[in-house]
Amino acid sequence: MNAPAQLIDAKALKRQAAELRGVVVEMCHRAQSAHLGSSLSCCDILTAAYWDVLNIDPAAPDDPLRDRFILSKGHAAMALYATLALKGFFPRDELVTYNQDGGRLAEHPPANQLPGVEAATGSLGHGLPLGNGMALAGRINGQDYRIYALLSDGENNEGSVWEAAMFAATQKLENLCVIVDYNKWQATDRSNEVLALAPLADKWRAFGWDAVETDGHDVEGLARLMRKVPNGSGKPVAIIAHTVKGKGVSFMEDDNNWHYRAPTHEELAAAHRELGLA
Amino acid sequence: MRNAFADEITKLGQEDGRVVMLSGDIGNRLFDKFKAAQPERFFNCGVAEQNMTGVATGMAMNGLRPFTYTITPFATTRCLEQIRTDAAYHDVPVTVVSVGGGLAYAGLGPTHHACEDLAFLRAIPNMVVIAPADSWEVRAALRAVLKQDRPAYIRLGKKGEPVVHAGPVADFAIGKAITISEGADVCLLSTGNMLPEAVEAAHLLKDQGLSARVVSFHTVKPLDETCLAEAFARFPLVVTLEEHSLNGGFGSAVAEWMADNGPQRARLLRIGTPDAFFKKSGEQEYARHLLGLDAASIARRAADALAPA
Repeated sequence: MNAPAQLIDAKALKRQAAELRGVVVEMCHRAQSAHLGSSLSCCDILTAAYWDVLNIDPAAPDDPLRDRFILSKGHAAMALYATLALKGFFPRDELVTYNQDGGRLAEHPPANQLPGVEAATGSLGHGLPLGNGMALAGRINGQDYRIYALLSDGENNEGSVWEAAMFAATQKLENLCVIVDYNKWQATDRSNEVLALAPLADKWRAFGWDAVETDGHDVEGLARLMRKVPNGSGKPVAIIAHTVKGKGVSFMEDDNNWHYRAPTHEELAAAHRELGLA
Repeated sequence: MRNAFADEITKLGQEDGRVVMLSGDIGNRLFDKFKAAQPERFFNCGVAEQNMTGVATGMAMNGLRPFTYTITPFATTRCLEQIRTDAAYHDVPVTVVSVGGGLAYAGLGPTHHACEDLAFLRAIPNMVVIAPADSWEVRAALRAVLKQDRPAYIRLGKKGEPVVHAGPVADFAIGKAITISEGADVCLLSTGNMLPEAVEAAHLLKDQGLSARVVSFHTVKPLDETCLAEAFARFPLVVTLEEHSLNGGFGSAVAEWMADNGPQRARLLRIGTPDAFFKKSGEQEYARHLLGLDAASIARRAADALAPA
């Protein structure tokens, strides 16, 4: 397996995240689909993972020794598709088929048909149990790959997340890392007003995880934390990434209308200008 | 069936390094031998069936052959979405094994009854649904699912049921029903733990001068259509027997087959549990008797159906 092509330079990672956001906004505009805000909030996390941390090779997407990245918040599929296409897992041209009739790129990631998609997600609370199984399979098969699962904050409502959290701690799955995209909104309300999430890092700690809070838009900082898995604690690692829904486009930031809204032609152009892509 | 499962899975664990056993905190001491032989491939997942099923899927995606195990409602209904979306949608070889199918645990009350599981599991694409009839079929079914590469459900009864087969079922094949005894007047198609009742019902019918073919229809999905076509052409009456609701289970599957395959010679009599919770205390034998699932009721209903109007 090839070593990941690392962009050591923080500025380059930042530019990469902006390019990713630009592609995502354009996909959303073309498809007029939902979940733009949720996709933009995790672009820095995906950039850190795919352009720095993960030991993956787009030419060998099924390599048994690869690191696994599970987009448990499957509604951010646009961000994952854009990432995989930019990394070369499938042709970038295919992104125009997103949400179109007959394509492979549905509004949530599909099973068994798109290189680089580790699991079909979209029903929340599934990714972490799958990650547990992948981690144990690695242990049983004598492979030391790492597993990263990206969860939304709303996803922490699901009981299966906490079943999985206890299990991972019991099994000391130190190759497993959860990143919570804590953008403070879920579909229709403020996450902490829907169900009491806070104090979220303390919850993960209480469930036996080594939990840390960080700025979810500091790509370099995220990469540093994610690279350090396993981190020597003997515990699975939870990174509570504080993010802003709609991050990167001023008129979308922290405005939950963009959970369902899609940009017009003019809004697309404005977004690209703000991202420095126009 | 339960002890046969534990014994056979222990053997399979020794023979095949891919076999992993996941228990939902059930079967006290049942898996001691498996654990002793393969401590790194046994996991007590706790009372957390959603996670257990997801874990199994993550393992199956990576070359292992996990078996999840707990009491039927918790192995199936509690985590039905994980079975559907994780195991079945990804089409990976997770085997869900449940104990206490139907009214096997009647005494534990409706929380532990399972008369809907076949309907739920049968509706899921890619799933194979097997209800073995006795301990020999349990052993054969386990070996059969290990030879295929897809998700499966195996529904067990409890421990200590009557054994019908004389020994190992050498020619067991998924989707291929097994004729237990031949007859000419009525064909009894039994799935799962109802087979001993079917055998007994055939004896009772014989006393009335009626001969019954008894079939162990262990695979509910995929259906053995060859067996059905032959039976419906040959007999005036085909009876389906299941310890499961008449809504959506084995009898329903056969009725669907009939509807899709044109007029048949035989009429179909479906025997199963009603569309109601069984709320009385009492054990399986009592529940069967009350619900008309015992051999005497089966024989009577079959004879009535055959009697000229």
